[in-house]
Amino acid sequence: MWQWLYKLGSPRYFYDMTTVFLPWLRGVTYFLLIVGLVWGLGFAPPDYQMKDNYRIIYIHVPTALGAMWVYAMMAAMAAMHMIWNLKLADMVAKSCAWVGASYCAVGLVTGSFWGKPTWGVYWIWDAKLTAMLILFFIYIGVIALRSAFDSETSGSKAASVLTLVGVVNLPIIYYAAQWWNTLHQPPSDLGGSATGANPPEIWIPVFFTGFGLIGLVFLLVILRTRNEILWRERRAQWVQDLVQGEPRRA
Amino acid sequence: MSRYSLGVFGSLRATFTRELLILWRNPGDIVNPLMFFVIAVSLFPLGGDSDPAYLSGIAAGVVWVTALLAVMLSMESLFRGDYEDGSLEQLLLSPQPLYFHLLAKVAGHWLLSGLPLVLLSPLLALMLALPQDAYAPLMIGLLLGTPTLTLIGAIGMALTVGLGRGGLLLAVLVLPLSIPVLVFGAGMVQTALAGLPYTGLVALLGALLVLALSLAPLAIGAALRISIN
Repeated sequence: MWQWLYKLGSPRYFYDMTTVFLPWLRGVTYFLLIVGLVWGLGFAPPDYQMKDNYRIIYIHVPTALGAMWVYAMMAAMAAMHMIWNLKLADMVAKSCAWVGASYCAVGLVTGSFWGKPTWGVYWIWDAKLTAMLILFFIYIGVIALRSAFDSETSGSKAASVLTLVGVVNLPIIYYAAQWWNTLHQPPSDLGGSATGANPPEIWIPVFFTGFGLIGLVFLLVILRTRNEILWRERRAQWVQDLVQGEPRRA
Repeated sequence: MSRYSLGVFGSLRATFTRELLILWRNPGDIVNPLMFFVIAVSLFPLGGDSDPAYLSGIAAGVVWVTALLAVMLSMESLFRGDYEDGSLEQLLLSPQPLYFHLLAKVAGHWLLSGLPLVLLSPLLALMLALPQDAYAPLMIGLLLGTPTLTLIGAIGMALTVGLGRGGLLLAVLVLPLSIPVLVFGAGMVQTALAGLPYTGLVALLGALLVLALSLAPLAIGAALRISIN
């Protein structure tokens, strides 16, 4: 077990291992996404109240949840990087920042597209929306801090510290936003009973796109991490062999 | 040898008085954030509307946001000079716990940069036509909130002090993290204006301060070690 973990911490082992199961991950992710999207957007019946507008949940809910979940993953990686000085954990954290920020942006944009027909406005200062926006700011901060350093090592350590500070702060921000929101306006009903009253034809595709978008998180993080590995280990012999020699199965 | 056996409290007092002395001898570092505070607040009636009814509605938010920005702008003087003349390295190398050194340093900095903002806030509240009932919650809030903001700002400053051109980056890092203090602080004034009890929010701001006091020095220390490298 420990030996396996130790091996997993080696960028080269990670690269070789992901080369093996990347095609599977890719296949499963694409399958889930295509089935979920075609079913959800094309065949699921329209909602009795929101008509076709509700279809945006197939993208909106998984990306919004994913954005928070990716932050947790990034924080775990940052902690591993700070505690055990694990280079690979930092490379994964760096990839997580970009993927998380993208998911956050997609969640915010799809949310505003959904808000216009349902609430009548693109944006309201609802607790959930505000917390999501601040999460996006924090992702941007982590990315900006890392890229501001010339030295890779300092930049990655600094980004890890900021990520961990953010982890302490995010729950507080969330509760602050909720408190603040209840002072000014009642919380908006975000779609009401999403799964309860709706027929299974509506919510089953959510599982497909949901797991598909989770798969996409892993796919994007792994692909970015592989690039990062190649870049950081560009002086290593095995990377030289990989680039100049016989191309391996990718 | 006596200078080397200062003990923890002696050395903390030394750090604290040194911080005060440095700020005192560079009056610009104390006065400029204050002037920024006053000028930025006075821009709102000019850019918005000078109608007292409108002003009193936005007063709490304006004073709090501007105080937050002023604290952030004053951060430069916390570590920049020490970083450039090498005394920050000496601080990190000192045998006494860094945690308490940083607390002493931040406390000294707050005393000459945060506290004046608190003392000045009623004047600005007056100019923004804030009802007098709201002065107490505004000042209590700022009194509890500005140390927290200073500690959060110090984390950001410690992360960016090695970069040389940290100004805008500091804002990007620190402002999102300061939001809870802003929400509770400005909310406290609004709650008082609505005639509701605000003691719960005093407790919340106090809790945030305690949390920042206990955790922020750890993050500041880790960040400084990275920046010194």
